[in-house]
Amino acid sequence: MAVIDEVVKDYIVGLAASGKRKDERSAMQFRPFTVEKNPIPNAEGSALVKLGKTSIMIGVKVDPCVPFPDRPDEGVLSTNAELVLFASPTYEAGPPNENSIELARVVDRAIRSANAIDVKSLLIEPGKAWGVYIDLYVLDADGNLFDAACLGATAALQGCRIPKWEDGKVIRTEAARTLELALKPITCTFIKIGGKIFLDPNEDEEKAAEGTLTIATTEDRICAMQKSGKAGFTEAEIGELMDIALDKSRELRKAI
Amino acid sequence: MVGIVPEGAPTLVVGGKRIDGRAFDELRPIRMEVGVLNRADGSAYLEWGRNKVMVGVYGPRECIPRHEADPFRAVLHIGYSMAAFSSMEERNRPGPNRRAREISKVMRHAFENVVLLEQFPKTAIDVRCEILQSDGGTRCSAITATALALADAGIPMRDLVTSVAVGKAGGELMTDLGKEEDNFGEADMPLAFSMRTREILLLQQDGLLTKEEIQKMIRMGFDAAAKIRKMQVEALRRKYK
Repeated sequence: MAVIDEVVKDYIVGLAASGKRKDERSAMQFRPFTVEKNPIPNAEGSALVKLGKTSIMIGVKVDPCVPFPDRPDEGVLSTNAELVLFASPTYEAGPPNENSIELARVVDRAIRSANAIDVKSLLIEPGKAWGVYIDLYVLDADGNLFDAACLGATAALQGCRIPKWEDGKVIRTEAARTLELALKPITCTFIKIGGKIFLDPNEDEEKAAEGTLTIATTEDRICAMQKSGKAGFTEAEIGELMDIALDKSRELRKAI
Repeated sequence: MVGIVPEGAPTLVVGGKRIDGRAFDELRPIRMEVGVLNRADGSAYLEWGRNKVMVGVYGPRECIPRHEADPFRAVLHIGYSMAAFSSMEERNRPGPNRRAREISKVMRHAFENVVLLEQFPKTAIDVRCEILQSDGGTRCSAITATALALADAGIPMRDLVTSVAVGKAGGELMTDLGKEEDNFGEADMPLAFSMRTREILLLQQDGLLTKEEIQKMIRMGFDAAAKIRKMQVEALRRKYK
């Protein structure tokens, strides 16, 4: 297995030197993607995203909760990622590892900092608010979980049902209203291989990558970024990638 | 009929029909698809009523943790899990709870009967069942889908495993309890069968029943399982068409 990985990596690095990719995409091209909305009617919001061979199910539950003491007039937003064991031969059982925590936190930051949800509108009464719990279930892992997960989270939140609250009880069969996102955050993830930069890496490309940069954008601004891997990015590169992210994110946002 | 009808319980049988209009021996609509995941060695997706289940299989492969490896046969790992967003009620905390651990255990025992584990010593076969949406009868859905995913992974088995629940609600014996019948009914008995040997590989039961009722319910289970097994075989054949 490890020998094959090295051979594939060498092949990808070799191609990258001339700006080419194993699946013949251009450098700044997304794989084909689909967004299925509301596949899980039991959840208040849901979406199934397929990006190439990557597949992520996103479910949103809306439950009553007690607001945080330092934000007594706001609801709660929480994001969690599950790397389901069948999604990759390398996934192992156990507590969340650093990759699943990073995935959840980057998606959370993109949604939170875009102010996509008006958290003040989630207050039910003093001491009681709605908690919006986003769970990202990775079903098939073939690279670029960030962009698939963020696209799905935004799609699942848009139109998400807020249940009715009556006499201190939740009535889930009736929606009091639906969430309408003020801004729709979308991430674009880039990798660097041998100094060349590519959008939307598959898993083989991620293994060959020296570094990754994820840029979350709203319709006209940047709302979150995350760099990982040892490679550095120059100021010029980051400037160029912000422009590409603002442009390319429109393709994904259209699917919501 | 015995017991106290809980407050707010719906009437489960009206005019000889069930709450969703089904006859007593009628199954909910079932849809099965094999080979739905790219990475897993074998996989299956199953919808049964409003239940939605995804199962993925890896193996035989290196057993992790290694100290569990058996020099004479493969170790079968089966994990049943309910997704955080799967139920109509509050979010489930991810990770196995006591219920999920018990279901995983009895599921494993059912499949240890049919999988030819002795052909793959020192390895593990890893099965994961994720309940994406729950609607009563999730373990039967998971077992029926697991049999398909194992077959899809090319793992040799003596038979498929086919599962269905039989129960009693509103004073009537009935096949394939729905969520309300499960929650408010008098008795529930999930079963799993090897239809080739006509053995029962999983049996759990709760609720007060007579011996005769249980015997009748087992016969109802066999009748329903015969229909479900046919669908399993058809789903496997469809993949190779």
